[in-house]
Amino acid sequence: MTCTEFLAKMTDYFDGTVEASLLEEVHAHLAECSHCEVVVNTTQQTIHIYRDQQLYEYEMPEALRDRLRAAIMEKCRGKRCK
Amino acid sequence: MAAIQSTATEEIHPDVALVERAKAGDEAAFEQLIRQYDRQIFRIARHITQNKEDAEDIVQDTFLKAYQKLEQFQGNSKFYTWLVRIAVNESLMRLRKRRNSKTVSMDEDVQTEDGSVPRDFADWTPNPEQQYGQGEMGEILRKTIQGLPPGFRSVFTLRDIENLSTEETAEALGLSVPAVKSRLLRARLQLRERLSRYMKVKDDEAK
Repeated sequence: MTCTEFLAKMTDYFDGTVEASLLEEVHAHLAECSHCEVVVNTTQQTIHIYRDQQLYEYEMPEALRDRLRAAIMEKCRGKRCK
Repeated sequence: MAAIQSTATEEIHPDVALVERAKAGDEAAFEQLIRQYDRQIFRIARHITQNKEDAEDIVQDTFLKAYQKLEQFQGNSKFYTWLVRIAVNESLMRLRKRRNSKTVSMDEDVQTEDGSVPRDFADWTPNPEQQYGQGEMGEILRKTIQGLPPGFRSVFTLRDIENLSTEETAEALGLSVPAVKSRLLRARLQLRERLSRYMKVKDDEAK
């Protein structure tokens, strides 16, 4: 398996959905290719760093949530009277 | 009353009942749907537009549109996925308006191979986040993700930050599953490449 072939399978590898017939080749490539090993590790770190940081950082303050929800409900009332 | 009927009808998502009630004019039910999903919609809009004020407007527009189109929601998909699709479209529209161009779409710049082929193979320091303060780290991440084309940013946000499945992401973005997979790979590799310069083991540390 070449590096390009491995990269094409990397998403499935993370998801645990690599076809059984290819799994051995994928593991063998990772064991012998330090570049792809680094790419796998650092890509996983990339995902984790973003998930951790941005879930927290882009959280809406409660006051803003209340304000937006009130504004939405106010607008909705005029739009779809039953 | 919110129905507690999970045992017999496990397959039916609790949102279905709320949507039905909202369709019948129950405002409290729709308000409950807002409470459940406003944070996610805000984060998604904020990621795609990279702008806080736009994201606030998009939260309002998304729920208002959903309310107006509630009759069209047939329950073939999850309510949340349907909502995300509206939010993504609103976000791309905002970007288009802000840049005053017609080019912002899911397809923009996705032809570029720039950064999609790994070039930096240096390992990262064990806890790269701890090298930087919270604020500094946030700045690095923002700068890094801003460099991604909106089409890649959308896929990465839905799939990796909001944890939608590949199928849900495809549905929300109006893309095929293989297209989502290919964009996700390239988005991840581009982010990795760009973050590498901040996170890798410095040469003097490696000695």
